[in-house]
Amino acid sequence: MNQTEISSIPQLLPDFVSSAVNDAERTFSLYVHVPFCLTRCGYCDFNTYISPDMGPGASHDSFAATAIKELEYAATLFEKSGTEPKPLHSVFFGGGTPTLLAAEDLTAILSRAEQLFGIRSGAEITTEANPDSLTAQSVQELADGGFNRISMGMQSSVGHVLQVLERTHNPDNIVTAAQWIRAANLEMSLDLIFGTPGESLEDWQASLDTALGLQPDHLSAYGLIVEEGTKLAAQIRRGVYPNTDPDDQADKYLVTEERLSAAGYRWYEISNWAYDPDHRGIHQSQHNLAYWRDQDWWGIGPGAHSHMAGLRWWNAKHPAAYASRVLDNISPAIGHEIPDDDARLLEKIMLGVRLAEGLDTAVFEEYDPETAQRAKTEAELLATQGLIEPSALDRGKIVPTLRGRLLDDAITRRLAGF
Amino acid sequence: MSPVASNPPQPGSTDPSVIRNFCIVAHIDHGKSTLADRMLQNTNVVTPREMQNQFLDSMDIERERGITIKSQAVRMPWQVDGTDYILNMIDTPGHVDFAYEVSRSLAACEGAILLVDAAQGIEAQTLANLYLAMEHELEIIPVLNKIDLPAAEPERYALEISNLIGVDPDDVLKVSGKTGEGVEALLDRVVNTVPAPSGAVDAPARAMIFDSIYDTYRGVITYVRMVDGRLQPRQGIKMMATGSDYELQETGVYSPDAIPGDGLGVGEVGYLITGVKDVSESKVGDTVTSKQNPAPEPIGGYREPQPMVFSGLYPIDGSDYPALRDALEKLQLNDAALSYEPETSVALGFGFRVGFLGLLHLEIVRERLEREYNLDLISTAPNVVYKVTIEDGTVVTVTNPSEFPEGKILQVEEPMAMATIIVPSEFIGAVMELSQSKRGQLKGMDYLSEERVEIRYWIPLAEIVFDYFDLLKSRTKGYASLNWQRDGSQIADLVKVDILLQGDTVDAFSAITHRDHAYSYGVKMTSKLKELIPRQQFEVPIQAAIGSRIIARENIRAIRKDVLSKCYGGDISRKRKLLEKQKEGKKRMKMVGTVEVPQEAFIAALSTDTDSK
Ligand SMILES: Nc1nc2c(ncn2[C@@H]2O[C@H](COP(=O)(O)OP(=O)(O)OP(=O)(O)O)[C@@H](O)[C@H]2O)c(=O)[nH]1
Ligand code: SF4
Ligand SMILES: [Mg+2]
Repeated sequence: MNQTEISSIPQLLPDFVSSAVNDAERTFSLYVHVPFCLTRCGYCDFNTYISPDMGPGASHDSFAATAIKELEYAATLFEKSGTEPKPLHSVFFGGGTPTLLAAEDLTAILSRAEQLFGIRSGAEITTEANPDSLTAQSVQELADGGFNRISMGMQSSVGHVLQVLERTHNPDNIVTAAQWIRAANLEMSLDLIFGTPGESLEDWQASLDTALGLQPDHLSAYGLIVEEGTKLAAQIRRGVYPNTDPDDQADKYLVTEERLSAAGYRWYEISNWAYDPDHRGIHQSQHNLAYWRDQDWWGIGPGAHSHMAGLRWWNAKHPAAYASRVLDNISPAIGHEIPDDDARLLEKIMLGVRLAEGLDTAVFEEYDPETAQRAKTEAELLATQGLIEPSALDRGKIVPTLRGRLLDDAITRRLAGF
Repeated sequence: MSPVASNPPQPGSTDPSVIRNFCIVAHIDHGKSTLADRMLQNTNVVTPREMQNQFLDSMDIERERGITIKSQAVRMPWQVDGTDYILNMIDTPGHVDFAYEVSRSLAACEGAILLVDAAQGIEAQTLANLYLAMEHELEIIPVLNKIDLPAAEPERYALEISNLIGVDPDDVLKVSGKTGEGVEALLDRVVNTVPAPSGAVDAPARAMIFDSIYDTYRGVITYVRMVDGRLQPRQGIKMMATGSDYELQETGVYSPDAIPGDGLGVGEVGYLITGVKDVSESKVGDTVTSKQNPAPEPIGGYREPQPMVFSGLYPIDGSDYPALRDALEKLQLNDAALSYEPETSVALGFGFRVGFLGLLHLEIVRERLEREYNLDLISTAPNVVYKVTIEDGTVVTVTNPSEFPEGKILQVEEPMAMATIIVPSEFIGAVMELSQSKRGQLKGMDYLSEERVEIRYWIPLAEIVFDYFDLLKSRTKGYASLNWQRDGSQIADLVKVDILLQGDTVDAFSAITHRDHAYSYGVKMTSKLKELIPRQQFEVPIQAAIGSRIIARENIRAIRKDVLSKCYGGDISRKRKLLEKQKEGKKRMKMVGTVEVPQEAFIAALSTDTDSK
């Protein structure tokens, strides 16, 4: 990462900002990336660091001030483009482990964002949390400071699975933390991981049962991806653990869908379920939906990605490099891209076909007639092959069936014509 | 007193009586090129400053692999008892694939140094080359080399040699190409025992081509040995086998660099430049004569080099096809034994069926194509040529398994080879067991000494070309040496095994095998492919079949999960780039029917290195 590289974002941004703001359909969200964890989980390839002090403006204590400074910098860019940002549609603090910062730091960032951009009423405001880093008091402080949702990384309830993942939290703490969250009247989401080496089908069912016992409003269940460069990848290469098995993950996914839907949870995205027994469309994560609906958001923090009406950019990844740029009043963005029409179409397909609400076939018609024709033929074939819902297709929506959800990337490729 | 000639005779006007033409023949790696180095130094042809190891191995690939591929001739002056002599030395390749090259070199000589590694003794190619030299009625000088090695046993192997060629063990010279010990005595021995050439000075010119190479600047340079008469620059010449004629632009000798001269006379070894652009116009073994005054008869012994094995060469990137064609054309300029013709494969696209002298030849050509011409290639499993008689009596020559006729077949004839294996006697059992399993027939066994034996098998060429030598080496702890030559053919129960993906034949995987081996080939290929072909959205049966009869079957189960569950937070670009990479990867997929097969799967399935292990 080149510290002195001059970002072109300040020059590029105004055009995109105004087209984003002027499009009534587009919503505007905020993401804040907090790059700290206590230890690194074996499978983790997120942009996170275990040292509490990564340099000036990049320590547990000083990070909030840096993030606030970046928010203020962002606001000046809106000013320069002569537009008013829309009130925030949703806010999400992710990481890392945001709750390693003091609750008052998190709420301070949030309230500064509210001052600068405004927050629409009813907006979903989430922070990720590690159960070990919560207290009854901190949960209450977060609630008082405006947060209305906490997403906890639970991953599994089974000891030997957590060991392979090298998750440090004490499984009992989840139960207590869930009570605090309930008591503070916050929505609760839990993250689970399936398909960890050594996890049996029974292990996974046990994790699901434990999670359901906590009555979360929302559940995410991800099949484990072994990323290059992680400790887990090295262990698998050395034969310490067996590799993940796609068939095993497929089985567990089917079990997940079965259990969760029986318990009143509805899938709205491939890896996400909302508690919604009466199909009212409630408890879905507004923030995640904003990503999948190809909306706009500003990413604050090291390595954070942003999107405004077709302009994508990302910040310096290392906390110290990031902080020094922010403190020097230089844009922390170090890269950007403006995907061309083909790439934009591919993005829209890949995002849309993950959703229960589906991909609007209009994206093909807007592209060109030939593509629309090809996609139509392919969609019909996908429907006869049982990979997408025929009834939804009649309404102009491409919605994967249960089998299709497991083959979603193949659906994307085929719709994109390769 | 130096034995180096003080005033050596000049090219073109050398009295045949002072010429000695000899070559060095040996088993691979017994030290021919290294001995040649010492001779070049002792005769002052190469100064110590210019010297480098295996001086005559000038091609990159020769230097890298430490083997000689092309024969090299050098003119060296040497004085014995006050008389200046001219020694023409030809260093030859030891590997069996290049035996044809050796036999041409022998035809240019009156004597041969039979070099034997004093730590190894006689090996299979020692014998093969000895017999060739005897066929050419050459004076044979047996020499033990590498006597400097601690493991050398010169006395023991002198006895072996004396048993073989009937000389007194004391007459076997002992040298070290490394230290130079004994090399001067050897040069003297050459002068004293190798007969001078006996050509007719006044007869019409006849020169035997023993090699030709292509030089980018000068065109084809033809190496010849003058047999009768004389050739000189600016005269018309005629190639007797091809019938084409040219004007001779330049003649000369190598010593070791090219030295142009005013002609070549009887017994001399040198080069001709005619402006010919294509080595196929200047065929090894052909006779060059004068256009004005042609000789009535060629020297004889000319035959086209016979390709023994065939393999399909395909560019991995289909758009490289024209580049591959150009590269083959250029390589052929330098390699008359290389033959090729275009072919297409349903699975691999456009490529060439290329004929080779053997597997080393194949390997070297392939490597040169990849390195010198920057091509990525797939080569199909090598096969030999079959003659298939079909119902109506027509005989079909099959150089590619996919040409194997369908329908009723009366008989299939396969090429055979006579293999000579030399091993320590403790391995006789292992060699026999292996050779029998490869359908060989024992033709004889001779003890070279108490501990070492020569075993001869008549064995299908296809087996040799496949994995016989690898297995032989591993079952004899590396002690066995093998030589073979084409020797007739036999009728055998051979079948074509096809490999089918979802019912479609993948032509690149078809193989002709003995019926008894068909099943194991089928099982091996189907299970290999099952590992190599990624799961598809539908189940893919892989079958091996003889005609319509399925002999082995595997299934690639349909893929059930093809989705990355995570969207990496807001990093949409990352996920999109993953998909874009898959799109690129798609370009390296070949479609076999509806099945996507990655190039890598073809390469891995066709590579033989993983077969025998
Ligand atoms: N110690 C020792 N090593 C030798 C001697 N002569 C050759 N070598 C080594 O033996 C190996 C083979 O030598 P080459 O001269 O390339 O053998 P070659 O017979 O020309 O081999 P091909 O042309 O491939 O058939 C090399 O590693 C040489 O250094 C010798 O007299 N003493
Ligand atoms: S808690 Fe999350 S971000 Fe932190 S190390 Fe573990 S997986 Fe990575
Ligand atoms: Mg050599």
